[in-house]
Amino acid sequence: MAIKLSTFTPNKLKTLLVVLAATTGISSAYANKSDEVSFEGERVEWVVPFKEGGGSDTWARFFGPRFSQQLNGKPVVVVKNIPGGGSTKGANRFERRAKPNGLNVFSTSASTQIPYLLGDTRVRYDVKNWNVVMATPTGAVVYVRPELGIKNASELAKLKGKELKFGSQRAASMDLVGLLAFDMLDLDIHAIFGMKGRGSARLSFERGEVDIDFQTTSAYLKKVQPLVDEGKAIPLMSFGVLNKDGKIVRDPTFPDLPHVGEVYEMINGKKPTGVQYNVWKTFFIAGFAAQKGLFLPKGTPDDVIAAWRNAAQRVVEQDNFKKESELVLGQYPQLVGKDAVNALKSALTISKTDKDWVRNYLTENYNARF
Amino acid sequence: MLDAFLIALQTILTPTHLLYLCGGVFLGLLIGIFPGLGGIAGLSLLLPFLYGMDPISALAMLIGLVAVIPTSDTFTSVLMGIPGSSGSQATVLDGFPLAKKGQAARALSAAFASSLFGGLFGAIILTLFVLIARPVILAFGSAELFMLTLLGLSMVGVLAGNSLVKGLSACGLGLCLGSVGGAPATGEYRMVFDNGYLMDGIPLVVVGLGIFALPEIIDLLRQNRSISESSELGSGWLDGVKDVIKNKWLATRCAAIGCVVGALPGLGGSVVDWISYGHAVQTSKDTENFGKGDIRGVIAPESSNNAKEGGGLIPTLLFGIPGSGSMAVFLGGMVLIGLEPGPAMITTDLDITYTIVWSLAVANVIGAGACLLISKWVAKVTTIPYTLMAPFMVMVIFFAAFQATRDLGDLVALIGIGVLGVFMKRFGWPRPAFLIGFVLASGMETYLYQAVQFDGIEFLLKPGVMIIGALTILSIFFAARHSIKAAKKEKELKNTADAEVKPTNLKPQVAFSALVCLVFAYGLYDSFQRSFLGGVFPAVVCSFMLVLSSVVLIKLLLNKVDDAVNYDNEVSAGYVNDSSITGLWHYVFWLCGLLAGCFLVGYVISIALFFIIFLLVKARISIARTLILTTCAIAFLLTLAHFMVLDLPNGYLQEVASFTQL
Repeated sequence: MAIKLSTFTPNKLKTLLVVLAATTGISSAYANKSDEVSFEGERVEWVVPFKEGGGSDTWARFFGPRFSQQLNGKPVVVVKNIPGGGSTKGANRFERRAKPNGLNVFSTSASTQIPYLLGDTRVRYDVKNWNVVMATPTGAVVYVRPELGIKNASELAKLKGKELKFGSQRAASMDLVGLLAFDMLDLDIHAIFGMKGRGSARLSFERGEVDIDFQTTSAYLKKVQPLVDEGKAIPLMSFGVLNKDGKIVRDPTFPDLPHVGEVYEMINGKKPTGVQYNVWKTFFIAGFAAQKGLFLPKGTPDDVIAAWRNAAQRVVEQDNFKKESELVLGQYPQLVGKDAVNALKSALTISKTDKDWVRNYLTENYNARF
Repeated sequence: MLDAFLIALQTILTPTHLLYLCGGVFLGLLIGIFPGLGGIAGLSLLLPFLYGMDPISALAMLIGLVAVIPTSDTFTSVLMGIPGSSGSQATVLDGFPLAKKGQAARALSAAFASSLFGGLFGAIILTLFVLIARPVILAFGSAELFMLTLLGLSMVGVLAGNSLVKGLSACGLGLCLGSVGGAPATGEYRMVFDNGYLMDGIPLVVVGLGIFALPEIIDLLRQNRSISESSELGSGWLDGVKDVIKNKWLATRCAAIGCVVGALPGLGGSVVDWISYGHAVQTSKDTENFGKGDIRGVIAPESSNNAKEGGGLIPTLLFGIPGSGSMAVFLGGMVLIGLEPGPAMITTDLDITYTIVWSLAVANVIGAGACLLISKWVAKVTTIPYTLMAPFMVMVIFFAAFQATRDLGDLVALIGIGVLGVFMKRFGWPRPAFLIGFVLASGMETYLYQAVQFDGIEFLLKPGVMIIGALTILSIFFAARHSIKAAKKEKELKNTADAEVKPTNLKPQVAFSALVCLVFAYGLYDSFQRSFLGGVFPAVVCSFMLVLSSVVLIKLLLNKVDDAVNYDNEVSAGYVNDSSITGLWHYVFWLCGLLAGCFLVGYVISIALFFIIFLLVKARISIARTLILTTCAIAFLLTLAHFMVLDLPNGYLQEVASFTQL
């Protein structure tokens, strides 16, 4: 050993250790927090492109204080709501004004990602250039009224030719995932729009106004499961979940329910393929599998990105996190690090053919104009 | 159930619970006094405290905050004619005229006493109602909600003023403006001129501020006086409380209306105060003072809007569907605390529900009680010369409007609707009718479309629909009786010598009515560009209204001086011959100047300039005082914006500056 240890100041030693750790393949997530970019005395503005009180707002306000604790220097994290244009307004403003210094972050949701995929004229942002910190997945369950007389998905063929009413906010929203799935399964859907959200659609279901509905996992468990127990709703299928290989598999929260692809196979005797299925998958990922995302603006330096990603890792690794987060986030593991990057990549990529197809689909069936 | 009762009672009476409740109440009052903020900013302030607190205390604070939002915004509604939220718009109608008569203290104390009563009575009803609420709410489907919008619309009858055709046309203008933006059935954008701001529709708060507050500000400035006509405010404070006791049955009925209508998700809070205001007019024998400062016009909406918050709790707790903005905030807070709304709230968690309901009532007592006690002193604001008050009010209104969607478009819409309001006021087109139309437009269209889709035209045969239909017919009957009576009074007045001066130059009125006709014509044209489902509602409304407004226009063109459509406030109020009155457009230009300033150099700089110039030129106070007032105002504004994480409008200057910084 030729190196005299005494020449190393503690700081240098630490640097060496970090370099060593990095070269030996130990994830930087385990690096010491105090080596990361410090945000001491700063104020982080977390932009939520929705009104106060909604799901995305609650999501941000849940994570805000946790990030505040886990970022180096414990900056104050404040939530700023910029509602409008179904979240496109806030996103446009973030694209234009956000500074790449780690003090401006933005949370997207299905309604930010779906117009982006559709090429909505209001979209003047490119989510792909932003840097993802974390993503939250959710699943969803499709259920019907018992009056239809079917007990599970294998009996779906019985509904052929029967008009099923479905309540929706707008076709060009996360409801598109449901509409496309119903279409693939040859269900005769009569969509009624103008619902204030999925909650209103569920209320319509309870009133007996609509026949078929779907809810995201946490809403399903809390508000539809009791109906199922009373015999007032029959669950048919889940949308599935995205596994690490990018395949859609059965949702572990609902091991007894087949996912949409399986139901397709039950009816048609083969696995789903083709443009429509591709489109469905893309929109499913954007609307559910990576429903909410936290982003830093484009051009953010790598060390700042790393600081945020490491903080995200620490947030989800905290002892009580799972217990505390269940109500707000559902039971799915949060996507951080590489998983988040991959999920968002598939959520935000759409081929020209697929895009033309879906735009045409919306125009022909639902009067949408682009 | 008795168990839940006792547990809830025990929780509420613990000192810590009461302490946190008070904390929430006072925070809510402090913020709520600033129009446009209310629960939204309150949540941002409160959340850091909630984090890590025990659920029950956190819940208490949250309830305290939410409970007093419709209480404290009464101050600006009554004293300045600025409706702080949708719940206090009807209060402005009679509250502000009372303040102008020098009875601000009376109006305020009546308002708070009714709030207090409404909140308490609402809680009593809720205690029982919550148990049967689930089937009741489920019984109100799209068809029933559509009928309820019709019932709301029938209130236009009593708010129409002298001329029914004008009243209906004004309501039609509201309906037309309310259908700007995405069509509920198809999502097509209507009447938006490719403008991103209009695509979301114009926010209610902005419309309320523009249509009520701006015209009043301009009118008072033109007359150059203080809000209160009489310099002594009198001992009205006790009178207000007495007024409520005298009208206890009205207050009781309105509280019940507030509670039940407030509980219906989807229609919710925004129409409650109008329904109860209309109810007060319909059930009163002498109605000529409504709109000019009748205390019952304050008692009715105020006793219902606090009960409404309680009612709004029901769909929030039982279904997780918030009925209003403040309930959405409450719901978000609940989830963060770890409470999940759902059917369990009336079974296993019934004690939590009762704790919430009664805490709301206690918070109401504390909040409204505190306001009641201070209203005597606050009322003195109305004696300040208006030129000194005006810049503050303009600052507040711009700020409040901008909080609606945080877009410069809010300010443009504010001025646009303000100018419309100025002319509606001048030519006697009833602004409440306009606002009702606006409030109901989207609900009416959505629920009608959905009802027809769900049940076809047979939806009219549902029992609930027929009951509400009968109520609507009854309401129209009362309205007709009211207008016949009003017409009779009018005739009697005419026979006496001092009949109102009728304007003889009808050209300005003709021009305005022609513009209204043009708006409807354009609406009709626009709706034909859409698909059937996207355009049918505005097409029907606009074609019907085109006929009505043409009647007004033709009558005016034929120079029918004696007809009820002929009205020009410039003549009736004697402004035309009074040289001390400033021209109508003068202050409109001032406001437009401020708006242009916001676009160029942003809100903060331009409001500062506005303050300085206005105080020097109009209020004619010394430079030193001008600077002190301006500094205070701006410092207050910036502090508020910083702590509540609010954006203030940025102009061209700030955009350029942020670019060069990068």
